[in-house]
Amino acid sequence: MSDETDGAVQAPKRSTFKSLEIDTRLLGMVGAFVLVCVVFNLMTDGRFLTPRNIFNLTIQTVSVAIMATGMVFVIVTRHIDLSVGALLATTTAVMAMTQTQWLPQMMGVELGSPLIPWISIIAGLLVGALIGAFQGYLVGYQAIPAFIVTLGGLLIWRNVAWHLTDGQTIGPLNETYLLFGGINGTLGVFWSWAVGIAAAVAALFALFQGRRTKIGHGFAVKPMWAEAVVAVIVVGAILGFVAVLNAYEVPERVIARDPAIYGCVEAEGCVAAYGIPYSVLLLIAVAIVMTVVAQRTRLGRYIFATGGNPDAAELSGINTKLLTVKIFAILGVLCALGGIVASARLGYHTNDIGILDELRVIAAAVIGGTALSGGIGTIYGAIIGALIMQSLQSGMAMVGVDAPYQNIVVGLVLVLAVWIDIQYRKYTGAK
Amino acid sequence: MTTPLVEMKDVSISFGGVKAVDHVSIDLYPGEVVGLLGHNGAGKSTLIKMLSGAYRMDSGEIWIDGKKADINSPRDSRDYNIETIYQTLALADNLDAASNLFLGRELTTTLGFVDDGRQEAETRKIMARLNPNFKKLKEPVSALSGGQRQSVAIARAVYFKAKILIMDEPTAALGVHETKMVADLIQELKRQGLGIFLISHDTREMMELCDRVAVMKNGQMVGAERVEDVTEDDILSMIILGKNPKDAAA
Repeated sequence: MSDETDGAVQAPKRSTFKSLEIDTRLLGMVGAFVLVCVVFNLMTDGRFLTPRNIFNLTIQTVSVAIMATGMVFVIVTRHIDLSVGALLATTTAVMAMTQTQWLPQMMGVELGSPLIPWISIIAGLLVGALIGAFQGYLVGYQAIPAFIVTLGGLLIWRNVAWHLTDGQTIGPLNETYLLFGGINGTLGVFWSWAVGIAAAVAALFALFQGRRTKIGHGFAVKPMWAEAVVAVIVVGAILGFVAVLNAYEVPERVIARDPAIYGCVEAEGCVAAYGIPYSVLLLIAVAIVMTVVAQRTRLGRYIFATGGNPDAAELSGINTKLLTVKIFAILGVLCALGGIVASARLGYHTNDIGILDELRVIAAAVIGGTALSGGIGTIYGAIIGALIMQSLQSGMAMVGVDAPYQNIVVGLVLVLAVWIDIQYRKYTGAK
Repeated sequence: MTTPLVEMKDVSISFGGVKAVDHVSIDLYPGEVVGLLGHNGAGKSTLIKMLSGAYRMDSGEIWIDGKKADINSPRDSRDYNIETIYQTLALADNLDAASNLFLGRELTTTLGFVDDGRQEAETRKIMARLNPNFKKLKEPVSALSGGQRQSVAIARAVYFKAKILIMDEPTAALGVHETKMVADLIQELKRQGLGIFLISHDTREMMELCDRVAVMKNGQMVGAERVEDVTEDDILSMIILGKNPKDAAA
């Protein structure tokens, strides 16, 4: 028996583009996103692609994008979660009540205590995990269809939130907590560059490590020039993003409120920029963790195997029931995280927070290429999907399209995106 | 006489009042291929699924290597080195060959992450042995032909050093050339001392591949005979009439 795996395999001859080994779907989605941006930029005479609007677009997307990464796992395993918006409302109600009333009034923690925001965040995350796990238990162990469990959940958790707060707007929320909202908490120019450069170095290291592993096992690798092109694109994207956010300068009247924060003695002549918001850092952290879970852990492998063929997964000894509980619990936690960002951005917990978020989140995942038939989906796709949705909505608002027409367009885009995805799969022969 | 690898003793299972398997006993020795024959719904697959852990039997006992075994799930069955290759090919279509081969038993790095590089390298090695034409390692198995998919399933059994192999219609979806490949592989595994349960409809194929054939009808065991002691006609009459011609003669 011959052992053909000795030594590096010669890479087959390929076209210039193919040797880059870039995911064509990713390219397609980024292309669609760029197209949307360019069109709106032309229609608004260049107002769409300004640092300020890009900054706003980014922080508006975060909450939905965080939840969409979790929705990918749920849809990949052939389930659905209609309760995310309501779940978000319950978790923000818990967090808002914890920091403004329960801790100060019932537990005797002083209102200014630095523990308050963190205790309330932990409470919110726990509540999200528990509710998610419970819904997952009903789906996995009791075999109630996820559609029904979470449709019930949509009604229940929306009104549990109402019950907890008596339907009132709760606020103002804790100062530290508000830092997660977006514009209230940003890294500033110096730290944004520091984070950007660190991320670029980490990305280069990951590329290098990937190549070394392949060579170690004797697999074919890309030509060196292709690696270099990919590296340049990745580093360029990271640093470009930081540069744009750093170009959004803090208005003088904001600096005037407290020049010391921006390292100036007085507002006159003081120049400062926002940089990367904490909420965006949170999204990036979630995206990285979820991608690692999806691609490099057993949990992720089992999620995709179960989505591809539930019987095969079960026969391979995978506990698909417990898996369902875990997936819904993960989404529950992400709803709480999305809730932190959403409520901190508003400054309050309101009764209608997260309304219709379930549809935005599902649409983001689906536009990002997650197949409702199961087994297929990516984290980055869901985030780009959320970005495309948000760009469409704020772009149309800027152009002056009336609200009903905005929804018509978003609906059309959703259906069109799925149709294109199906055609793409037919064309490439993938499932 | 050596200890049987597998002994299923007086095993029964019912589904909603229908006795799918009714007090059936069967055994399997190392290096032996036992064929299970019978009409659709005769209970062959159901019998074997109790051994592979997919179903739990209502009554009866399973002995492995002379010891009483307790099989309640596919995982238990694997712990007894029983591997099953299903009729419906239990593969996750959206994953590549390596992910399927190691599904449920992933190789991990020291940090506990799935080691895709090592899995792919191992898959390349075993595929070079089993099916040297196998090249599509990076693609989801849905892009593979029936024979290639079957070789992934068989590779799983071989890689994890199965002692007992259950093959449910392994050649049903295959072309002539691929069927030959599976037949050769069965002979090879037999030489290595594995015990194999083979389920098929093709009586002629079974006469060639098996050492013994067992015929089932309506959930009951009609009889198990060495292939050299019976003709193809004898087997056919067992399948159709549900009577062992030897008993009739006696």
